[in-house]
Amino acid sequence: MELAIISGKGGTGKSSISAAFATLQKDIVLADCDVDAANLYLLFNPECDEEHVFISGHKAVMDEEKCINCGICIDYCRFDAIVENENGVSILETLCEGCLLCSRICPQGAITVEEEDRSRYYAGRFKNGRMVYGRLAPGEENTGKLVSKVREKAKEIAEKFGIEHIIIDGPPGIGCSAISAITGVDAVIVVTEPTVSGVHDLKRTLQLTQGFKLPTSVIINKFDINRELSSEIELYCNENGIKVISKLPFNPIVVEAMVHCSSITDYAPDSEISKLIKKAHADIFAGAR
Amino acid sequence: MTGITIAIASGKGGTGKTFISTNLFNSLQDSRLSIALVDCDAEAPNDREFLKGGVLQSSHAVNQKIPVIDKTKCTYCGKCDEYCNFNAIFFLKEPQTIEVLEDLCHGCGACSVACEHGAITEKDDLLGYVNRYRFSTGKELIEGRMEVGVLVSVGIIKESIKMAEPFDLVLLDSPPGTGCPFIQTVYKSDYVVLVTEPTPFGLSDLKQSVAILKEMGIPCGVIINRADMGTDDAQNYLKQENIPLLMSVPFDKEIAVAYSKGEMITNLSTEWKAKFNQLYHTIKEEFEKNKAK
Repeated sequence: MELAIISGKGGTGKSSISAAFATLQKDIVLADCDVDAANLYLLFNPECDEEHVFISGHKAVMDEEKCINCGICIDYCRFDAIVENENGVSILETLCEGCLLCSRICPQGAITVEEEDRSRYYAGRFKNGRMVYGRLAPGEENTGKLVSKVREKAKEIAEKFGIEHIIIDGPPGIGCSAISAITGVDAVIVVTEPTVSGVHDLKRTLQLTQGFKLPTSVIINKFDINRELSSEIELYCNENGIKVISKLPFNPIVVEAMVHCSSITDYAPDSEISKLIKKAHADIFAGAR
Repeated sequence: MTGITIAIASGKGGTGKTFISTNLFNSLQDSRLSIALVDCDAEAPNDREFLKGGVLQSSHAVNQKIPVIDKTKCTYCGKCDEYCNFNAIFFLKEPQTIEVLEDLCHGCGACSVACEHGAITEKDDLLGYVNRYRFSTGKELIEGRMEVGVLVSVGIIKESIKMAEPFDLVLLDSPPGTGCPFIQTVYKSDYVVLVTEPTPFGLSDLKQSVAILKEMGIPCGVIINRADMGTDDAQNYLKQENIPLLMSVPFDKEIAVAYSKGEMITNLSTEWKAKFNQLYHTIKEEFEKNKAK
């Protein structure tokens, strides 16, 4: 089974729950698809076996010697990435989307193309199986494509080593990287919290998973911070045919576990919260067979 | 003094960007400056959940251009496919096939330039909206809101920030991460406030954010949220790197509960209102210091 754990809002506990689920498994492929802020490798310190370069796209580079400051490229660029100032025409790297139209229309041939090759993805081993994780270089694009690469690699490894289950720790948001993390998976868990922003983002996230017709369930984390909103979330999920598989209490021990580079279920296996996570884990994976 | 733009950002999600942004904005309601808060987290815009008082002034649709190929005019030369750097045109010479893969299109217009046969026109594709809310104090909340199912929020962020240009003080509530939505938000800012939490995850993401801001030459300071739930590593890192600690917010169940209900701590507590007011002055001082350098 390929299980994706996501949340619209950041910081609701995706990674903590992914880590717990992964360490409750004897042999798992864990794919950290939060490529903007990959964190699980900090927790599990995997032995790296493979490193791959990810070409995230292209960028246009101006040859100042050849440029005659005609400004034609400025008119063609739809991303406002080319500007003219006292030093002449220049390309703003951070805004360039790499469409390369400027390099095609420049009458002087002053614009060339470079690959953006600073992003990486890795595969390695950790105590509960294998791990694949991507790291997008700051400011580089195409997070969605890197997420797809990480997932492809995870599948390849699962097949190669005969590992049955893949857990995907997804990115926050509902844009390209989140979409790439969930398309075609067997099950999605949306981790939410009972705050007005949590609820708002949960609704948008569920709209997305329902749009893709993905079997989705919800975990309400820190449900006791606001019981009224928690009930509201449950009601909303019920009305929309989505199962709330667990309600976890707020407990500083979760942060403590993270600080000790451990999953909560390894750190405090007998705590109430660990028991609840174990039950949710068993339910999800029982449903998979 | 004309326009200062301050972005509130974080690598890791859920560290408290929105908490800081909305309360900072709220604490400045009595200010003489014209102020706009821009919710740039267009994938998950939440500021409005806390700032409910504003009245909707306008809702402006943000579109992207998508090519439409007229197959009666197309000669199947394949030049548009060659020009498209995003593989958004599916082209086969034999048997003659041409389709636009709209999800992959960035709307750059390269295919229209490529086509020599007038076979490509463009249509608008809705990305989302920029909503403007005005408060009784004249301050504004400008919200970027991406449609569900759209891939990229960058176009909406750009439009939202553009709308805030006339204001004296612009606060940008950034999306998480260090990818393109973050870059689009911070690249024109004068100062970035990074909100972190004192955990290994928080610190790792903080370092990444600091590195990219350094590369971009934008000064930054840090707020440590839930400061007592974790280790001193973040504080030590800031000292070592000589990055100012602008504010520490301890974990407080009262704050967490108020936040969960969509209430503002700066409305509930005069002490916190004063602290956020002070935060603005600290940021301003830091900003001036950097300008003097």
